Amino acid sequence: MNQWPALERFLSTDPRDVGCAQAMELLHVYVDLVAEHSPARAAQRYPGVAAHLRACGPCGDDFDGLLAAVCTSAE
Amino acid sequence: MSRMVSADPAAGGTACAQARIDPESAEWVATLTAGGAEQQAALARLHELLVRIARSEMRRRSQRLRVAGPEMDDLAYQAAADALMAIIAKLGQFRGESRFTTWAYKFVIFEVSAKVGRHYWRQPVVAMAAEDWDKLPDRFGLEPARQAEWQDLAAAVRRAVEEELTERQRQVFVALVLNGVPLDALAAELGSTRNAIYKTMFDARRKLRAALAANGYLDDGSARRS
Repeated sequence: MNQWPALERFLSTDPRDVGCAQAMELLHVYVDLVAEHSPARAAQRYPGVAAHLRACGPCGDDFDGLLAAVCTSAE
Repeated sequence: MSRMVSADPAAGGTACAQARIDPESAEWVATLTAGGAEQQAALARLHELLVRIARSEMRRRSQRLRVAGPEMDDLAYQAAADALMAIIAKLGQFRGESRFTTWAYKFVIFEVSAKVGRHYWRQPVVAMAAEDWDKLPDRFGLEPARQAEWQDLAAAVRRAVEEELTERQRQVFVALVLNGVPLDALAAELGSTRNAIYKTMFDARRKLRAALAANGYLDDGSARRS
């Protein structure tokens, strides 16, 4: 049943989710993997971080910001 | 660039050996600890980079931040200055698991996040104590035209929030979901941390799903992978 997708998404939790503290501890490593290889490679290496970044708005925002910073400074 | 990084903690891995630091990162570390004019020049160069990143990040978030112009620039300079102090204090913890600049930029991104969170309460959209359940359908994309289909579900969500959650979980649900308070702003207001608020909400989401599934409103995949 997926009649109410927004509610379903909100209530879905991933047991691999490492939480904000661990995700932020590894964020620089994760971002370099994304920038130098691919999002898939980073998610494969750190599935718990990937799960967290999908679910946590603020950490996802920090990820986007750090990735943008790294890509911009590389230009 | 060759690096060795820690395995995923969630997968039960262990930290491994010291990473090999790439030449550019090694140069940053060397100059930032050189002392004298060389160190001062490195600090000035790093500060300049951090200001640029902070301003760019403030602009990226500016629509939600509701701040612009000199005030936004001031926040960016504060974020860069605070990040530089944190980087200097933690320089010995840099192990080359990433490029030095990625590690350093992380500090300024976090400072921007924290400042944006605190800034929210200078012009809050809603009061912390507000509790408008009429907003619930909109928060979950429940269209007015289909109210007959979802009104029981919405009532069940409210009942589950009131009966299944702890007082703290309920407070966090109301602030984040009904009032739309940003998570970092809520953490700042409650004197808590992003991690603690997220964990509170994570546990609340699991409880709510279980309650709704038990009453036949949702399927019973209590924990699913996205």
